[in-house]
Amino acid sequence: MITSIDDLQALAEKKRAECDENSSELRVCAGTSCLSLGSSELKKSLQDEIQSRGLNDSCNIKSVGCNGLCANGTLVSYCTKDKSKSTFYERVTSGDASGLVDSIQNGTPLEDRMCDISQPFFTYQKKIVLENIGIIDPDDIEDYIAHGGYLSFFRALDEMSPKDVIEEVKISGLRGRGGGGYPTGIKWESVSKVLSEQKYIICNGDEGDPGAFMDRAVMESDPHRILEGMAIAGYACGANKGYIYVRAEYPLAVDKLNRAIKQATKLGILGENIAHSNFSFNIEVRLGAGAFVCGEATALIASIEGNRGNPRQKPPHLSDYGLWGEPTVLNNVETFANIAPIIKNGGAWYKSIGTESSSGTKVFALTGHIQNTGLVEVPMGTTLRELIFDIGGGVPDGKKFKAIQSGGPSGGCIPESLLDLHVDYESLKNAGSIMGSGGLIVIDDSSNMVEIARFFMDFCRSESCGKCTPCRVGTTELTLLLDKFINKKATKSDFELLKEMCEIVKSASLCGLGQTAPNPVISTIKYFEDEYLAGISDD
Amino acid sequence: MLETIDDRYKTLEKSMKKLGYDKSALIETLHTAQETFGYLGIDTLKFIASRLKVPYSKVYGVATFYNYFMLKPKGKHNVVVCMGTACYIKGAEKIVEIIEQRFGIKVGETTPDGLLSLLSARCFGSCSLAPVIICDDKTKGKVLPENTLCDIEEMIK
Ligand SMILES: Cc1cc2nc3c(=O)[nH]c(=O)nc-3n(C[C@H](O)[C@H](O)[C@H](O)COP(=O)(O)O)c2cc1C
Ligand code: SF4
Ligand code: FES
Ligand code: FES
Repeated sequence: MITSIDDLQALAEKKRAECDENSSELRVCAGTSCLSLGSSELKKSLQDEIQSRGLNDSCNIKSVGCNGLCANGTLVSYCTKDKSKSTFYERVTSGDASGLVDSIQNGTPLEDRMCDISQPFFTYQKKIVLENIGIIDPDDIEDYIAHGGYLSFFRALDEMSPKDVIEEVKISGLRGRGGGGYPTGIKWESVSKVLSEQKYIICNGDEGDPGAFMDRAVMESDPHRILEGMAIAGYACGANKGYIYVRAEYPLAVDKLNRAIKQATKLGILGENIAHSNFSFNIEVRLGAGAFVCGEATALIASIEGNRGNPRQKPPHLSDYGLWGEPTVLNNVETFANIAPIIKNGGAWYKSIGTESSSGTKVFALTGHIQNTGLVEVPMGTTLRELIFDIGGGVPDGKKFKAIQSGGPSGGCIPESLLDLHVDYESLKNAGSIMGSGGLIVIDDSSNMVEIARFFMDFCRSESCGKCTPCRVGTTELTLLLDKFINKKATKSDFELLKEMCEIVKSASLCGLGQTAPNPVISTIKYFEDEYLAGISDD
Repeated sequence: MLETIDDRYKTLEKSMKKLGYDKSALIETLHTAQETFGYLGIDTLKFIASRLKVPYSKVYGVATFYNYFMLKPKGKHNVVVCMGTACYIKGAEKIVEIIEQRFGIKVGETTPDGLLSLLSARCFGSCSLAPVIICDDKTKGKVLPENTLCDIEEMIK
């Protein structure tokens, strides 16, 4: 049991000493993507190889979470005994196991699998949320603690009042990473001020944007980071119960989170009267069931309560009337993952990173027609051009860049002329898109923008919960209208109708799904109008 | 045969008991039921309704609201094609088309012999490997339309 900061630090020291003395480390990625490429078989082959050469005591093999460069999996890194130097390997398969162990034995790296970490994909990144990822074993709470884990939570309990914690988060300028960008400190403050015996903290791990996987990577690679952020939020707001709502399509994340909760509870880091304080906090995982709308705050709560995920009108806001009618804080996975570093390094430190209005870093999932698909964390204010051409390595197959889509089904497409935009909440909004949760999809010149707009509209149509007419009927009508343009059977008045209907759905829908569903159409009309005009036939 | 069905109901009962027959654990219970039975049949839904003391209409309403729940049995083998944005951009529609043509079924349908079901998903989170399909429990990334059929033939062989 850990009942004080001293206990925590002693355990961290013990674990660090063990690691340092014992051996060098081979870290094999066991994230969802690499697993599908056979990383468990690879790990087994490496283990056999190490065993048969009697190297067990000098080289430790461990599973780590997603390194971000999933397209080049399986990723393996080798870290020398003194932990001063590590070598990265990509596209490693079971067949490379013996070669890799040879290279460890004779001290020369395995050239043809080496991954160049001096490329911009790595050097442009600034890791706060992802700092432990690829380094620690998500199944081992001691590894997290050895890397400074739970120290922020215990410091907060010991040295800070709930008010101090909220003040620090406010100073940091952290804004919600789930899409809306609402200031986290202010959200917490309003719940902390409500008098109530029972309050709740909910982590939104629904990650609805199809084509984005930032939250998946954090949940399965560093689950304790989320638990720590939630516990700090609980302390700050006076809540003693937390729920993590995870989409059912992420079984590995569910597994890692459940295991992490069990371990933290066993050590007394979660539970009753944590570290002899009068603060108690418990966390449970709840499964989603494949409904995009359940990422919306009020629908998510309905779902946790065991109902259909229909959103409701706000107000009342969650800070007054949330889960089971009690005051509730709901934040995104990445938002919670930023909390421990903010408490550790101070709000001012966090505020110094990023742009004036949007501090800190943002994790993006780069996908689509781009060389380096994967996960990257960069300071807010990085330009789209840097993201696509430096970090992402540009558009492959000799094609030309056409647009980048951000914000998923609620977002918009940004054309080449705006590539020097410094990414933050305001700039993306001004450009007709939104930050969203961090999915960035690069589109090359072989794609038709009306078809892309239709793809998103059809998605919203099928995910609309049906509660209100503008969204239920509007998304259907809009999909049919877009079909006309794609089949080159639209008329001039269809174009007017399309624009008008976008405005209606946007302004008359009840929840964020309907209100933002027209965005992909509006933004493509704005920047690629000629592709719509090409769908209009004269007769 | 009957006995195995009984066992499955026992598993379900156990899971409800663990959750204290909590009405709010309905979605958790439906997940367990789907895992145990492979799909959510009318009898199963009625059983859950009576045990949790929730109206059947509510159980049915919740089960049909969420895409993850299947009210029809699946085939012996399943291929799930991701239709998320990253996979769509990389040609997932083409893959669906090829499968639909070869096996004469649409998304959500099963071949008449019950051998193969074709399903679609929103995103598996393996978007870096787009396009992605899952053949039974095996995830396959960077799928080429021309290889898809071989993969499936292999699976149902
Ligand atoms: C249709 C819809 C889907 C959403 N999906 C998600 C999601 O998958 N994950 C998420 O964190 N927030 C999602 N949101 C935003 C949440 O409602 C909420 O604002 C957010 O989780 C709050 O956390 P934050 O302040 O930390 O961003 C969605 C909103 C809407 C309207
Ligand atoms: S806007 Fe759409 S998703 Fe939201 S409540 Fe209305 S019908 Fe449901
Ligand atoms: S899952 Fe291995 S790098 Fe992402
Ligand atoms: S979009 Fe297909 S796996 Fe994410």
